[in-house]
Amino acid sequence: MAVSIEDVRYIAALARLRFTEAEEQRLAEQMSTMLEYVGQLQTLDTTGVPPMSHVLDLVNVMREDVVQTRISREEALRNAPDADEAYFRVPRVIE
Amino acid sequence: MTRRLENRYEPVIGLEVHCQLQTRSKAFSPDSAAFGGEPNTHVDPISLGHPGTLPVLNRQMVAYTLRMGLATHCRIAPRSVMARKHYFYPDLPKGYQISQFDQPICTDGFVEIMLEPEGDGEPVVKRIGITRIHMEEDAGKSLHDQDPYHTLLDYNRCGVPLIEIVSEPDLRSAREAYLYVQKIRQIVRYLGICDGNMEEGSLRCDANVSVRPRGQQAFGTKTEIKNMNSFRNVERAIEFEIARQIALLEAGEAVVQETRLWDANRMETRPMRSKEEAHDYRYFPDPDLVDIVVTEAELDEIRAALPEMPEQRRRRYMEDYGLPAYDAGVLTEERGVADYFEAALSALFKRTGGGDTRAQAKAVSNVVMTDVLRVLNERGLDAEALPVDPERLAGLVFLRLEDQISSTGAQDLFAAMLEDDRAPEVIARDRNLLQVSDAGALGPVVDQVLAGNPKQVQQYLEGKESVIGYFIGQVMRSFEGSPDPRLVRRLLQEKLEAARS
Repeated sequence: MAVSIEDVRYIAALARLRFTEAEEQRLAEQMSTMLEYVGQLQTLDTTGVPPMSHVLDLVNVMREDVVQTRISREEALRNAPDADEAYFRVPRVIE
Repeated sequence: MTRRLENRYEPVIGLEVHCQLQTRSKAFSPDSAAFGGEPNTHVDPISLGHPGTLPVLNRQMVAYTLRMGLATHCRIAPRSVMARKHYFYPDLPKGYQISQFDQPICTDGFVEIMLEPEGDGEPVVKRIGITRIHMEEDAGKSLHDQDPYHTLLDYNRCGVPLIEIVSEPDLRSAREAYLYVQKIRQIVRYLGICDGNMEEGSLRCDANVSVRPRGQQAFGTKTEIKNMNSFRNVERAIEFEIARQIALLEAGEAVVQETRLWDANRMETRPMRSKEEAHDYRYFPDPDLVDIVVTEAELDEIRAALPEMPEQRRRRYMEDYGLPAYDAGVLTEERGVADYFEAALSALFKRTGGGDTRAQAKAVSNVVMTDVLRVLNERGLDAEALPVDPERLAGLVFLRLEDQISSTGAQDLFAAMLEDDRAPEVIARDRNLLQVSDAGALGPVVDQVLAGNPKQVQQYLEGKESVIGYFIGQVMRSFEGSPDPRLVRRLLQEKLEAARS
């Protein structure tokens, strides 16, 4: 299998997710299948083909440097799981 | 630590400098990029990382970055890519920072720093390589000390455009690192792209420090030093870290590769307490942001608009105006001061209509380097905010060059001009600062003083010529105004010598 249980645990840890052993097993299988499918591309000869960063044939999409206030603080804080009248509040992070 | 021991090791230092660009809006969203403000008032669904929002690159951010790249002799990538750098920290609500990874916009540049000479020699120019300059966004601000159970977050700074300037490991002492950061600050300020304020965090610096036995090619194990929030602290922190690493090696211990924080109160670096996890940023091109393509025509346009840089200016002052290297260096340190100096000098040239331009340049330089810079420092002003504008300063220097005021008179006049916006000639006349050079006006006063002090006149005639100082003092005191002391002395000598015969 291309993706091991350890790989799944590592990726899950990076994403701050936790799974049961059965889930880990199933994810390892599914991710392996996906990688194997995409892996077919490896058989193509890409000599001389520059790496592609985007599928869109667009460059330099930019905006002018103009300030616009689109939401108020009240609106900004309204969606937060926890906030006081001025700040977003999260569980204490020790530096 | 003894000097001898330190000399057996060679420090190797590379710096990462972050500069906040002075754009009006943020890197990828239209909320204000201004410093400060009430918490969470400069926010937008994009900078808060709301799902479904689409970041759009700020054109000015790219233009400012290119200015820096060109000013530091970088190669500009014809095509560069914005990438996502993933990590979880609450000051970054998206869970990734938009940055650049393997295709940064500027690479392979350099800046030159001037090393202080040892003894009386000329300063030595050292070239410091710049590995890369890339664009990225700033994170928000976390407050850990306001609430015992929570961390509070202010996202005003989140998404503010930054450039990160990565140097080659070319620096060999804490002093060189200090000079390098000063140079970067000078350049970004000249370019008008960042205010360079380390205390407010608009310019920040991390250092990679290692030491190796002198003569060894391979680098030693490095540590990364963070939290150096002033220029002085950059030097102190690196100095401390070099000494710490040498002490470890001397004791037969190994340097541990880690991130250390500078503690300015305890004057030491110590390991970051946070759990040191292996970073895996999983960079990949940001699908929301397409590539940036820079054409030669655009580069030519930006190049043409670059201001004259401090080095060129310094050389021009020395060659065209014959100013000493020291003057030229001080005057060009800040662009505003150099602009002020040049405006004052051309106003003076207009008045004098030519003549000895070098003497005139030196005269303006003297006043700018003493009175002007002192007042700017004391009042924390920029040159353009000085109450004495360049034209009026030229007027003052003109009076001095014409010998209409004495050197102390010039200082008094400058002080008066700070509080009085009239022409310097008018103020000088009002305050009796004009030197009386008319011997006719002084003659009667000299006669009066000599007549009133027959005993001292006798002493002089008997050979005690030092009493002339007493007479000079008497004349200066009795006369309304500020006579030229050299003239007073000459008149006294003439009258006294005449009394001998």
